[in-house]
Amino acid sequence: MSSVPTPPMVKAEDVHKSFGHVEVLKGIDLEVAPREVMCIVGPSGSGKSTFLRCINHLERIDAGRLSVNGHLVGYREKGGRLHELRDAEVAAQRREIGMVFQRFNLFPHMTALENVVEAPIQVKGVKRAEARERGAALLERVGLGDRVHNYPNQLSGGQQQRVAIARALAMEPQLMLFDEPTSALDPELVGEVLDVMRGLAADGMTMVVVTHEMGFAREVGDSLVFMDDGAVVEAGDPRRVLTDPQHERTRSFLSKVL
Amino acid sequence: MPDTSTTPAPPEQIRAVPVRHPGRWIATAVIAVLAAMFVHMLATNPVFRWDFMVENMFSDAVLRGARTTLIMTVLAMAIGILLGIVLAIMRLSANPVVSGAAWVYIWFFRAIPRIVLLFFSASLGALYSTYELGFPFDQQLMGFFGWQGDWRFLSLDGNDIFRGFVAGLLGLALSEAAYAAEIVRAGIQSVDPGQTEAAAALGMSRAKTMRRIVLPQAMRVIIPPMGNETIAMLKDTSLLIAVPVSNELNFQLRAIGSRTFQVIPMAVASILWYLALASLLMIGQHFLEKRFSRGFGNRETRQQRAAREAAQAGSVR
Repeated sequence: MSSVPTPPMVKAEDVHKSFGHVEVLKGIDLEVAPREVMCIVGPSGSGKSTFLRCINHLERIDAGRLSVNGHLVGYREKGGRLHELRDAEVAAQRREIGMVFQRFNLFPHMTALENVVEAPIQVKGVKRAEARERGAALLERVGLGDRVHNYPNQLSGGQQQRVAIARALAMEPQLMLFDEPTSALDPELVGEVLDVMRGLAADGMTMVVVTHEMGFAREVGDSLVFMDDGAVVEAGDPRRVLTDPQHERTRSFLSKVL
Repeated sequence: MPDTSTTPAPPEQIRAVPVRHPGRWIATAVIAVLAAMFVHMLATNPVFRWDFMVENMFSDAVLRGARTTLIMTVLAMAIGILLGIVLAIMRLSANPVVSGAAWVYIWFFRAIPRIVLLFFSASLGALYSTYELGFPFDQQLMGFFGWQGDWRFLSLDGNDIFRGFVAGLLGLALSEAAYAAEIVRAGIQSVDPGQTEAAAALGMSRAKTMRRIVLPQAMRVIIPPMGNETIAMLKDTSLLIAVPVSNELNFQLRAIGSRTFQVIPMAVASILWYLALASLLMIGQHFLEKRFSRGFGNRETRQQRAAREAAQAGSVR
């Protein structure tokens, strides 16, 4: 770690979130440094996906503060009060944050290449030819150079998820969010997606990964967060947390998944 | 594990006696006899007067009527669908007033028979003799401030605009919009919410998400019932006589029939005309369905076929 303090890419302070009467986030505090790969693990219903979706304002937080790259997510602070951002401003914030979903959510009526170039052309106003050239290069990078004209339903799950990663990267985000990117995949297809993510991490992308892949967390993650029941139970170096968990809940969870 | 070094001979092909289906043969015979009776009737009954029918079903007045019918169908559907998309989006709005207004529109126009709407829209000239565009309640406001004059910038003669083609188009299009709105709403709701989320995560605006991501996928669900609507509209143009619009297909054919006392031949001509026009619209629907089914089913795309053929040509060489 460098000695110069760098501002965190993601900073969450006492983040709360409820759906109706159910409190799903009960005060999350954490920081993600630039170039850091943070993995969030925990049982289902622990609030880890909800927290991830709060980072790009797909969910609105009820209390606390959440900022990305020094900017509050979804709000502007003026005169000591928070003002909600307009839709266009929220959209502008999201351009800096890529997201990969568990169910891929590729646009089924577009080919792999059209999926990748859609947002650069429509949102950023990149020229079509330039976007297609860069899109093809991105698909090449995720190992799908020969699949650019295939529609999503002509691709395997692993291939679809790699297109989804390329689609997110096409917006040149500063931060990538992964919401259980391998959970919907057949076991033999998990590796190809993790390989792409490993490459991204090596290139210095800041990543927050909600996952059940403990091997990936151990090998690629710079930090590991264990969440349960809407709170962070334990966080730290993944090798330490995975081999020597301090909390009983962490231990019982890990004993079931490892 | 069996020894794989000697591959066993493939088993002999099965040559079984197929099951007989006598019922199918009986059904075929019955249908064939009925069809023969029908053709015989068409050929032998002199009332049909086929020569007369062929001679008169392509007269200038009928062709003009067919053109009006087709143009009216296309325009009423185009306006109806555009207004229907707006109503569907309003109906899905989070604002209860906006969504309620769309609900009231749909409730009203779906309940009123088209022929009643057509009578009414043709009578709008009797409701007000002139129709003016301007600031709402301008006279009341002017009176309140003690000013003279009005804030109106466009004035139309009610009897002039609300008759004939325009009145007919208004009645049919407004009615169609109500049905189209429900079809479009069902289509929009059939699209996986994950699509909207993915678009939002990429920083797309809501309007762009609707236009580029949601509506193209909704089209797949929208087109088949909209095909029904279009064919229903084709037939409902015969209601235009309520306006009245008389240079319309059915009226023209019937006019010939009653003028010449050859009712049956012209009724048959009417059937054949509507069959032909509806078939034309079905061809259009087929191509639209094909266009919007891209990415669904396993059809090979043009680029993929080109790539595959190039690869095959390469391997042959």
